[in-house]
Amino acid sequence: MSPRVLFEQDLETLKNKVSEMGEHAEISYDHMLYGIQENKEDILKTLLDTDHKMVDMQRSIEAMCLSLLTRQQPVARDMRLVSAALKVVTDIERIGDHVADMVELYLRMGNMNSEGKQEKLLLKMMEEAKDMIHNSVEAFVEGDEANAKKVVEHDDVVDDLFNDMKKEMMQAIREQNLDADRVVDYLMMAKYLEKVGDHAVNIAQWAIFRMTGDMEGARLY
Amino acid sequence: MANSKITVENLNLHYGENHALKNVNMEIADHAITAFIGPSGCGKSTFLRCLNRMNDLVDGCRVEGKVILDGEDIYDKRVDTTLLRKKVGMVFQQPNPFPMSIYDNIAYGPRLHGIKNKKELDEIVERSLQGAAIFEEVKDRLLKSALGLSGGQQQRLCIARALAVSPEVLLMDEPTSALDPISTLKIEELMETLKKKYTVVIVTHNMQQAARVSDDTAFFLVGEVVEKNATSEIFARPRDKRTEDYITGRFG
Repeated sequence: MSPRVLFEQDLETLKNKVSEMGEHAEISYDHMLYGIQENKEDILKTLLDTDHKMVDMQRSIEAMCLSLLTRQQPVARDMRLVSAALKVVTDIERIGDHVADMVELYLRMGNMNSEGKQEKLLLKMMEEAKDMIHNSVEAFVEGDEANAKKVVEHDDVVDDLFNDMKKEMMQAIREQNLDADRVVDYLMMAKYLEKVGDHAVNIAQWAIFRMTGDMEGARLY
Repeated sequence: MANSKITVENLNLHYGENHALKNVNMEIADHAITAFIGPSGCGKSTFLRCLNRMNDLVDGCRVEGKVILDGEDIYDKRVDTTLLRKKVGMVFQQPNPFPMSIYDNIAYGPRLHGIKNKKELDEIVERSLQGAAIFEEVKDRLLKSALGLSGGQQQRLCIARALAVSPEVLLMDEPTSALDPISTLKIEELMETLKKKYTVVIVTHNMQQAARVSDDTAFFLVGEVVEKNATSEIFARPRDKRTEDYITGRFG
Protein backbone atom coordinates (compact mmCIF):
# COMPACT_ATOMS: atom_id res chain seq x y z
CA MET A 1 0.00 0.00 0.00
CA SER A 2 1.53 3.26 -1.07
CA PRO A 3 2.34 5.71 1.73
CA ARG A 4 1.43 8.50 -0.66
CA VAL A 5 -2.33 8.20 -0.54
CA LEU A 6 -2.99 11.88 -1.16
CA PHE A 7 -0.54 12.07 -4.04
CA GLU A 8 -2.04 8.97 -5.64
CA GLN A 9 -5.49 10.53 -5.29
CA ASP A 10 -4.21 13.70 -6.95
CA LEU A 11 -2.88 11.70 -9.88
CA GLU A 12 -6.24 9.93 -10.25
CA THR A 13 -8.01 13.29 -10.12
CA LEU A 14 -5.68 14.61 -12.81
CA LYS A 15 -6.42 11.68 -15.10
CA ASN A 16 -10.15 12.09 -14.52
CA LYS A 17 -9.98 15.76 -15.39
CA VAL A 18 -8.16 15.00 -18.65
CA SER A 19 -10.74 12.34 -19.41
CA GLU A 20 -13.58 14.81 -18.80
CA MET A 21 -12.00 17.45 -20.98
CA GLY A 22 -11.57 14.90 -23.78
CA GLU A 23 -15.18 13.83 -23.37
CA HIS A 24 -16.32 17.43 -23.62
CA ALA A 25 -14.43 17.85 -26.91
CA GLU A 26 -15.89 14.57 -28.15
CA ILE A 27 -19.46 15.66 -27.34
CA SER A 28 -18.96 18.97 -29.14
CA TYR A 29 -17.61 17.12 -32.15
CA ASP A 30 -20.51 14.65 -32.10
CA HIS A 31 -23.01 17.52 -31.99
CA MET A 32 -21.26 19.09 -34.95
CA LEU A 33 -21.38 15.87 -36.95
CA TYR A 34 -25.02 15.26 -36.12
CA GLY A 35 -25.90 18.90 -36.76
CA ILE A 36 -24.29 18.78 -40.20
CA GLN A 37 -25.65 15.35 -41.18
CA GLU A 38 -29.20 16.34 -40.20
CA ASN A 39 -28.80 20.04 -40.96
CA LYS A 40 -29.86 21.10 -37.46
CA GLU A 41 -28.92 24.75 -37.29
CA ASP A 42 -30.12 25.31 -33.74
CA ILE A 43 -27.82 22.61 -32.38
CA LEU A 44 -24.93 23.94 -34.41
CA LYS A 45 -25.46 27.49 -33.20
CA THR A 46 -24.87 26.41 -29.58
CA LEU A 47 -21.40 25.33 -30.59
CA LEU A 48 -20.52 28.86 -31.63
CA ASP A 49 -20.57 30.37 -28.16
CA THR A 50 -17.22 30.68 -26.46
CA ASP A 51 -16.64 27.37 -24.80
CA HIS A 52 -16.01 28.60 -21.27
CA LYS A 53 -16.27 25.11 -19.92
CA MET A 54 -13.42 23.94 -22.12
CA VAL A 55 -11.22 26.85 -21.10
CA ASP A 56 -12.00 26.31 -17.42
CA MET A 57 -11.13 22.65 -17.67
CA GLN A 58 -7.87 23.44 -19.39
CA ARG A 59 -6.83 26.00 -16.81
CA SER A 60 -7.82 23.71 -13.99
CA ILE A 61 -5.65 20.89 -15.35
CA GLU A 62 -2.72 23.23 -16.03
CA ALA A 63 -2.93 24.68 -12.52
CA MET A 64 -3.03 21.21 -11.02
CA CYS A 65 0.01 20.07 -13.02
CA LEU A 66 2.03 23.14 -12.03
CA SER A 67 1.08 22.62 -8.42
CA LEU A 68 2.08 18.96 -8.50
CA LEU A 69 5.41 19.80 -10.13
CA THR A 70 6.14 22.39 -7.45
CA ARG A 71 5.05 20.50 -4.41
CA GLN A 72 5.87 16.93 -5.29
CA GLN A 73 8.94 17.13 -7.56
CA PRO A 74 7.77 14.04 -9.37
CA VAL A 75 10.20 11.74 -11.13
CA ALA A 76 10.01 8.80 -13.54
CA ARG A 77 6.48 7.67 -14.35
CA ASP A 78 4.84 10.39 -12.27
CA MET A 79 6.83 13.10 -14.04
CA ARG A 80 5.87 11.67 -17.40
CA LEU A 81 2.17 11.70 -16.52
CA VAL A 82 2.12 15.25 -15.15
CA SER A 83 4.25 16.80 -17.89
CA ALA A 84 2.35 14.99 -20.66
CA ALA A 85 -0.99 16.10 -19.20
CA LEU A 86 0.21 19.69 -19.56
CA LYS A 87 0.83 19.10 -23.26
CA VAL A 88 -2.28 17.07 -23.99
CA VAL A 89 -4.73 19.76 -22.80
CA THR A 90 -3.46 22.08 -25.51
CA ASP A 91 -4.33 19.56 -28.20
CA ILE A 92 -7.78 18.89 -26.74
CA GLU A 93 -8.46 22.61 -26.60
CA ARG A 94 -7.42 23.02 -30.24
CA ILE A 95 -9.82 20.26 -31.26
CA GLY A 96 -12.60 22.15 -29.53
CA ASP A 97 -11.58 25.31 -31.36
CA HIS A 98 -11.62 23.58 -34.72
CA VAL A 99 -15.13 22.28 -34.04
CA ALA A 100 -16.28 25.89 -33.61
CA ASP A 101 -14.38 26.93 -36.74
CA MET A 102 -16.06 24.23 -38.81
CA VAL A 103 -19.52 25.01 -37.47
CA GLU A 104 -19.04 28.68 -38.35
CA LEU A 105 -18.02 27.71 -41.88
CA TYR A 106 -20.96 25.38 -42.29
CA LEU A 107 -23.52 27.92 -41.07
CA ARG A 108 -22.14 30.50 -43.48
CA MET A 109 -22.35 28.04 -46.36
CA GLY A 110 -25.98 27.29 -45.80
CA ASN A 111 -26.75 23.62 -45.98
CA MET A 112 -24.79 20.87 -47.63
CA ASN A 113 -26.22 18.44 -50.16
CA SER A 114 -25.13 15.26 -48.38
CA GLU A 115 -25.69 13.20 -51.49
CA GLY A 116 -23.01 14.96 -53.48
CA LYS A 117 -19.73 13.16 -54.09
CA GLN A 118 -17.63 15.88 -52.48
CA GLU A 119 -20.01 16.23 -49.57
CA LYS A 120 -19.90 12.50 -48.94
CA LEU A 121 -16.11 12.64 -48.87
CA LEU A 122 -16.24 15.43 -46.32
CA LEU A 123 -18.70 13.56 -44.14
CA LYS A 124 -16.54 10.46 -44.36
CA MET A 125 -13.57 12.49 -43.15
CA MET A 126 -15.68 13.72 -40.27
CA GLU A 127 -16.57 10.19 -39.26
CA GLU A 128 -13.02 8.91 -39.51
CA ALA A 129 -11.65 11.71 -37.34
CA LYS A 130 -14.38 11.29 -34.70
CA ASP A 131 -13.16 8.10 -33.07
CA MET A 132 -9.59 9.35 -33.03
CA ILE A 133 -10.53 11.93 -30.43
CA HIS A 134 -12.02 9.39 -28.08
CA ASN A 135 -9.38 6.74 -28.63
CA SER A 136 -6.41 9.04 -28.18
CA VAL A 137 -7.64 10.55 -24.91
CA GLU A 138 -8.60 7.13 -23.59
CA ALA A 139 -5.19 5.74 -24.54
CA PHE A 140 -3.58 8.58 -22.62
CA VAL A 141 -5.69 8.19 -19.50
CA GLU A 142 -5.50 4.38 -19.48
CA GLY A 143 -1.82 4.31 -20.40
CA ASP A 144 -2.58 2.11 -23.40
CA GLU A 145 0.42 2.18 -25.69
CA ALA A 146 -1.05 -0.28 -28.21
CA ASN A 147 -4.23 1.72 -28.76
CA ALA A 148 -2.25 4.93 -28.95
CA LYS A 149 -0.21 3.45 -31.78
CA LYS A 150 -3.43 2.51 -33.59
CA VAL A 151 -4.57 6.13 -33.45
CA VAL A 152 -1.27 7.27 -34.94
CA GLU A 153 -1.63 4.77 -37.77
CA HIS A 154 -5.25 5.69 -38.39
CA ASP A 155 -4.26 9.25 -39.21
CA ASP A 156 -3.13 7.98 -42.60
CA VAL A 157 -6.78 7.38 -43.45
CA VAL A 158 -7.67 10.97 -42.62
CA ASP A 159 -4.66 12.33 -44.49
CA ASP A 160 -5.54 10.29 -47.56
CA LEU A 161 -9.12 11.58 -47.46
CA PHE A 162 -7.75 15.12 -47.22
CA ASN A 163 -5.65 14.56 -50.31
CA ASP A 164 -8.68 13.15 -52.11
CA MET A 165 -10.65 16.20 -51.09
CA LYS A 166 -7.93 18.49 -52.46
CA LYS A 167 -8.00 16.68 -55.79
CA GLU A 168 -11.80 16.95 -55.91
CA MET A 169 -11.63 20.66 -55.27
CA MET A 170 -8.96 21.21 -57.91
CA GLN A 171 -11.03 19.28 -60.38
CA ALA A 172 -14.09 21.30 -59.39
CA ILE A 173 -12.14 24.47 -60.14
CA ARG A 174 -10.97 23.18 -63.53
CA GLU A 175 -14.40 21.93 -64.48
CA GLN A 176 -16.07 24.93 -62.90
CA ASN A 177 -18.89 22.75 -61.61
CA LEU A 178 -18.91 24.07 -58.07
CA ASP A 179 -19.49 27.51 -56.66
CA ALA A 180 -16.13 29.16 -55.84
CA ASP A 181 -17.19 29.96 -52.26
CA ARG A 182 -18.05 26.36 -51.70
CA VAL A 183 -14.76 25.09 -53.09
CA VAL A 184 -12.87 27.28 -50.64
CA ASP A 185 -15.17 26.42 -47.73
CA TYR A 186 -15.03 22.66 -48.39
CA LEU A 187 -11.27 22.81 -48.61
CA MET A 188 -11.08 24.71 -45.33
CA MET A 189 -13.43 22.21 -43.64
CA ALA A 190 -11.25 19.38 -44.88
CA LYS A 191 -8.17 21.16 -43.56
CA TYR A 192 -9.73 21.61 -40.13
CA LEU A 193 -10.63 17.93 -40.08
CA GLU A 194 -7.09 17.04 -41.01
CA LYS A 195 -5.90 19.23 -38.11
CA VAL A 196 -8.30 17.45 -35.75
CA GLY A 197 -6.67 14.20 -36.81
CA ASP A 198 -3.23 15.71 -36.19
CA HIS A 199 -4.17 16.83 -32.70
CA ALA A 200 -5.53 13.39 -31.90
CA VAL A 201 -2.23 11.96 -33.10
CA ASN A 202 -0.36 14.38 -30.79
CA ILE A 203 -2.46 13.18 -27.87
CA ALA A 204 -1.69 9.58 -28.81
CA GLN A 205 2.03 10.38 -29.00
CA TRP A 206 1.92 11.87 -25.53
CA ALA A 207 0.14 8.71 -24.42
CA ILE A 208 3.09 6.71 -25.73
CA PHE A 209 5.50 9.14 -24.07
CA ARG A 210 3.66 8.73 -20.80
CA MET A 211 4.35 5.00 -20.84
CA THR A 212 7.81 4.94 -22.39
CA GLY A 213 9.53 8.31 -22.16
CA ASP A 214 9.96 8.22 -25.94
CA MET A 215 8.52 10.80 -28.31
CA GLU A 216 8.17 9.69 -31.93
CA GLY A 217 10.67 6.92 -31.37
CA ALA A 218 13.35 9.09 -29.78
CA ARG A 219 14.23 9.20 -26.10
CA LEU A 220 12.84 12.35 -24.50
CA TYR A 221 12.91 11.50 -20.80
CA MET B 1 33.78 2.09 -17.07
CA ALA B 2 36.30 4.59 -18.37
CA ASN B 3 38.37 6.07 -15.56
CA SER B 4 36.97 4.18 -12.63
CA LYS B 5 38.65 5.00 -9.33
CA ILE B 6 37.34 2.18 -7.20
CA THR B 7 36.27 -1.28 -8.31
CA VAL B 8 34.36 -3.45 -5.87
CA GLU B 9 34.26 -7.19 -6.54
CA ASN B 10 31.92 -9.67 -4.88
CA LEU B 11 31.83 -7.81 -1.61
CA ASN B 12 30.01 -9.58 1.20
CA LEU B 13 29.76 -8.22 4.73
CA HIS B 14 28.46 -9.91 7.85
CA TYR B 15 27.72 -8.27 11.17
CA GLY B 16 27.92 -11.52 13.16
CA GLU B 17 25.17 -13.67 11.66
CA ASN B 18 23.57 -10.81 9.76
CA HIS B 19 24.50 -10.87 6.07
CA ALA B 20 24.34 -7.13 5.61
CA LEU B 21 25.92 -6.72 2.18
CA LYS B 22 25.38 -9.32 -0.52
CA ASN B 23 27.61 -9.77 -3.57
CA VAL B 24 28.15 -6.11 -4.24
CA ASN B 25 29.90 -5.41 -7.51
CA MET B 26 30.46 -1.83 -8.53
CA GLU B 27 32.71 0.61 -10.27
CA ILE B 28 32.96 4.13 -8.94
CA ALA B 29 33.98 6.81 -11.42
CA ASP B 30 36.85 9.19 -10.80
CA HIS B 31 36.16 12.96 -10.81
CA ALA B 32 32.47 12.35 -10.38
CA ILE B 33 29.91 12.26 -7.61
CA THR B 34 28.32 8.90 -6.96
CA ALA B 35 25.29 8.80 -4.69
CA PHE B 36 24.01 5.80 -2.73
CA ILE B 37 20.29 5.86 -2.05
CA GLY B 38 17.95 3.39 -0.45
CA PRO B 39 15.62 2.93 2.52
CA SER B 40 16.83 2.76 6.12
CA GLY B 41 18.89 -0.32 6.83
CA CYS B 42 19.59 -1.11 3.19
CA GLY B 43 23.36 -1.16 3.70
CA LYS B 44 24.37 2.03 1.95
CA SER B 45 26.27 3.50 4.92
CA THR B 46 27.77 0.11 5.70
CA PHE B 47 29.01 -0.11 2.13
CA LEU B 48 30.38 3.44 2.26
CA ARG B 49 32.39 2.51 5.31
CA CYS B 50 33.87 -0.46 3.46
CA LEU B 51 35.54 1.95 1.10
CA ASN B 52 37.96 3.12 3.78
CA ARG B 53 37.78 0.09 6.05
CA MET B 54 35.99 1.94 8.84
CA ASN B 55 34.06 -1.29 9.41
CA ASP B 56 37.30 -2.83 10.71
CA LEU B 57 36.54 -0.92 13.88
CA VAL B 58 33.22 -2.70 14.34
CA ASP B 59 33.30 -5.84 16.51
CA GLY B 60 32.08 -8.94 14.75
CA CYS B 61 32.18 -7.39 11.32
CA ARG B 62 33.53 -9.65 8.57
CA VAL B 63 34.25 -8.52 5.02
CA GLU B 64 34.90 -10.79 2.02
CA GLY B 65 35.66 -9.71 -1.49
CA LYS B 66 37.79 -6.93 -2.93
CA VAL B 67 37.79 -3.16 -2.96
CA ILE B 68 40.35 -2.15 -5.53
CA LEU B 69 41.61 1.41 -5.34
CA ASP B 70 44.07 2.43 -8.04
CA GLY B 71 44.80 -1.20 -8.81
CA GLU B 72 45.33 -2.35 -5.21
CA ASP B 73 42.91 -4.24 -3.00
CA ILE B 74 42.51 -2.15 0.15
CA TYR B 75 41.61 -5.28 2.13
CA ASP B 76 45.02 -6.79 1.43
CA LYS B 77 46.74 -7.53 4.76
CA ARG B 78 49.73 -5.39 3.83
CA VAL B 79 47.68 -2.22 3.51
CA ASP B 80 48.36 0.49 6.10
CA THR B 81 44.87 1.58 7.15
CA THR B 82 46.05 4.96 8.47
CA LEU B 83 47.45 5.79 5.05
CA LEU B 84 44.28 4.42 3.47
CA ARG B 85 42.11 6.76 5.54
CA LYS B 86 44.32 9.65 4.53
CA LYS B 87 43.76 8.78 0.90
CA VAL B 88 40.07 8.07 1.40
CA GLY B 89 38.66 10.72 3.69
CA MET B 90 35.29 10.75 5.37
CA VAL B 91 32.76 13.33 6.48
CA PHE B 92 29.87 12.36 8.72
CA GLN B 93 26.27 13.41 9.19
CA GLN B 94 26.88 15.26 12.44
CA PRO B 95 29.68 17.79 12.01
CA ASN B 96 32.37 16.76 14.49
CA PRO B 97 34.96 19.52 14.84
CA PHE B 98 37.63 18.80 17.42
CA PRO B 99 37.37 20.96 20.58
CA MET B 100 40.27 23.13 19.51
CA SER B 101 40.96 26.13 17.28
CA ILE B 102 39.97 26.17 13.63
CA TYR B 103 43.64 26.18 12.76
CA ASP B 104 44.45 23.20 14.94
CA ASN B 105 41.49 21.25 13.55
CA ILE B 106 42.93 21.50 10.06
CA ALA B 107 46.55 21.09 11.09
CA TYR B 108 45.82 18.01 13.19
CA GLY B 109 46.01 15.49 10.34
CA PRO B 110 49.13 16.91 8.67
CA ARG B 111 50.87 17.13 12.05
CA LEU B 112 49.95 13.50 12.70
CA HIS B 113 51.58 12.60 9.41
CA GLY B 114 54.80 14.37 10.43
CA ILE B 115 54.57 17.91 9.14
CA LYS B 116 56.06 20.33 11.67
CA ASN B 117 57.15 23.34 9.63
CA LYS B 118 54.87 26.27 10.54
CA LYS B 119 54.97 27.87 7.11
CA GLU B 120 54.01 24.59 5.53
CA LEU B 121 51.17 24.08 7.99
CA ASP B 122 49.93 27.66 7.43
CA GLU B 123 49.82 26.97 3.73
CA ILE B 124 47.98 23.68 4.16
CA VAL B 125 45.44 25.26 6.50
CA GLU B 126 44.68 28.10 4.11
CA ARG B 127 44.55 25.83 1.07
CA SER B 128 42.22 23.37 2.79
CA LEU B 129 39.87 26.06 4.07
CA GLN B 130 39.82 27.57 0.55
CA GLY B 131 39.08 24.15 -0.85
CA ALA B 132 36.10 23.87 1.44
CA ALA B 133 34.86 27.36 0.48
CA ILE B 134 35.10 28.63 4.05
CA PHE B 135 38.43 30.48 4.23
CA GLU B 136 37.00 33.97 3.72
CA GLU B 137 34.52 33.44 6.54
CA VAL B 138 37.07 32.28 9.11
CA LYS B 139 40.41 33.76 8.06
CA ASP B 140 40.28 36.39 10.81
CA ARG B 141 39.53 33.93 13.57
CA LEU B 142 41.67 30.92 12.84
CA LEU B 143 42.81 30.72 16.43
CA LYS B 144 39.30 30.79 17.84
CA SER B 145 37.52 27.59 18.79
CA ALA B 146 35.89 25.66 16.00
CA LEU B 147 32.93 25.00 18.27
CA GLY B 148 31.86 28.61 17.84
CA LEU B 149 31.05 28.05 14.15
CA SER B 150 27.54 27.47 12.85
CA GLY B 151 26.46 23.95 11.82
CA GLY B 152 27.02 24.59 8.13
CA GLN B 153 30.41 26.14 8.81
CA GLN B 154 31.40 23.25 11.05
CA GLN B 155 30.58 20.81 8.30
CA ARG B 156 32.67 22.73 5.81
CA LEU B 157 35.44 22.72 8.42
CA CYS B 158 35.17 18.94 8.54
CA ILE B 159 35.48 18.84 4.76
CA ALA B 160 38.54 21.11 4.98
CA ARG B 161 39.98 18.77 7.58
CA ALA B 162 39.64 15.85 5.18
CA LEU B 163 41.18 17.90 2.36
CA ALA B 164 44.19 18.85 4.52
CA VAL B 165 45.75 15.41 4.17
CA SER B 166 45.49 15.44 0.36
CA PRO B 167 42.96 12.68 -0.18
CA GLU B 168 41.93 11.25 -3.51
CA VAL B 169 38.49 10.11 -2.47
CA LEU B 170 35.93 11.83 -0.24
CA LEU B 171 33.24 9.75 1.39
CA MET B 172 30.28 11.68 2.76
CA ASP B 173 27.67 10.01 4.89
CA GLU B 174 24.52 12.16 4.73
CA PRO B 175 26.67 15.28 4.88
CA THR B 176 23.82 17.78 4.92
CA SER B 177 21.09 15.92 6.81
CA ALA B 178 21.70 17.94 9.94
CA LEU B 179 21.98 21.29 8.18
CA ASP B 180 19.62 24.09 7.18
CA PRO B 181 18.63 24.47 3.50
CA ILE B 182 21.08 27.29 2.70
CA SER B 183 24.06 25.45 4.21
CA THR B 184 22.91 22.38 2.33
CA LEU B 185 22.94 24.21 -0.98
CA LYS B 186 26.35 25.73 -0.22
CA ILE B 187 27.78 22.30 0.43
CA GLU B 188 26.16 20.93 -2.71
CA GLU B 189 27.83 23.76 -4.67
CA LEU B 190 31.09 22.83 -2.97
CA MET B 191 30.72 19.20 -4.06
CA GLU B 192 30.57 20.34 -7.70
CA THR B 193 33.95 21.99 -7.24
CA LEU B 194 35.41 19.10 -5.25
CA LYS B 195 34.60 16.51 -7.88
CA LYS B 196 36.98 18.21 -10.29
CA LYS B 197 39.90 17.19 -8.11
CA TYR B 198 38.58 14.22 -6.14
CA THR B 199 36.27 11.24 -6.34
CA VAL B 200 33.19 11.93 -4.24
CA VAL B 201 30.81 9.33 -2.88
CA ILE B 202 27.80 10.39 -0.87
CA VAL B 203 25.13 8.53 1.02
CA THR B 204 21.92 10.50 1.09
CA HIS B 205 18.34 9.83 2.00
CA ASN B 206 17.34 13.02 0.25
CA MET B 207 16.48 11.95 -3.25
CA GLN B 208 16.20 15.44 -4.61
CA GLN B 209 19.77 15.98 -3.42
CA ALA B 210 20.96 12.85 -5.20
CA ALA B 211 19.16 14.02 -8.34
CA ARG B 212 20.61 17.56 -8.08
CA VAL B 213 24.15 16.73 -7.25
CA SER B 214 25.31 13.29 -8.39
CA ASP B 215 26.52 11.97 -11.72
CA ASP B 216 25.82 8.33 -10.91
CA THR B 217 23.39 6.80 -8.45
CA ALA B 218 23.27 3.34 -6.92
CA PHE B 219 20.04 2.09 -5.36
CA PHE B 220 20.49 -0.28 -2.41
CA LEU B 221 17.84 -2.57 -1.02
CA VAL B 222 18.29 -5.14 1.75
CA GLY B 223 22.04 -5.32 1.30
CA GLU B 224 22.03 -5.54 -2.49
CA VAL B 225 22.62 -3.07 -5.27
CA VAL B 226 19.38 -3.22 -7.27
CA GLU B 227 20.51 -0.80 -9.90
CA LYS B 228 23.32 1.60 -10.61
CA ASN B 229 23.34 4.01 -13.49
CA ALA B 230 23.76 7.61 -14.56
CA THR B 231 21.61 9.73 -12.25
CA SER B 232 19.55 11.06 -15.14
CA GLU B 233 18.68 7.47 -16.07
CA ILE B 234 17.84 6.37 -12.54
CA PHE B 235 15.43 9.23 -12.00
CA ALA B 236 13.86 9.39 -15.46
CA ARG B 237 13.85 5.79 -16.58
CA PRO B 238 14.84 3.35 -13.88
CA ARG B 239 15.13 -0.18 -15.20
CA ASP B 240 13.92 -1.99 -12.10
CA LYS B 241 10.41 -1.53 -10.74
CA ARG B 242 11.76 -1.53 -7.17
CA THR B 243 13.93 1.46 -8.03
CA GLU B 244 10.98 3.29 -9.56
CA ASP B 245 8.76 2.50 -6.58
CA TYR B 246 11.42 3.83 -4.23
CA ILE B 247 12.19 7.06 -6.07
CA THR B 248 8.50 7.81 -6.57
CA GLY B 249 7.96 7.33 -2.86
CA ARG B 250 5.70 4.34 -3.18
CA PHE B 251 7.63 2.57 -0.43
CA GLY B 252 10.54 3.08 1.89
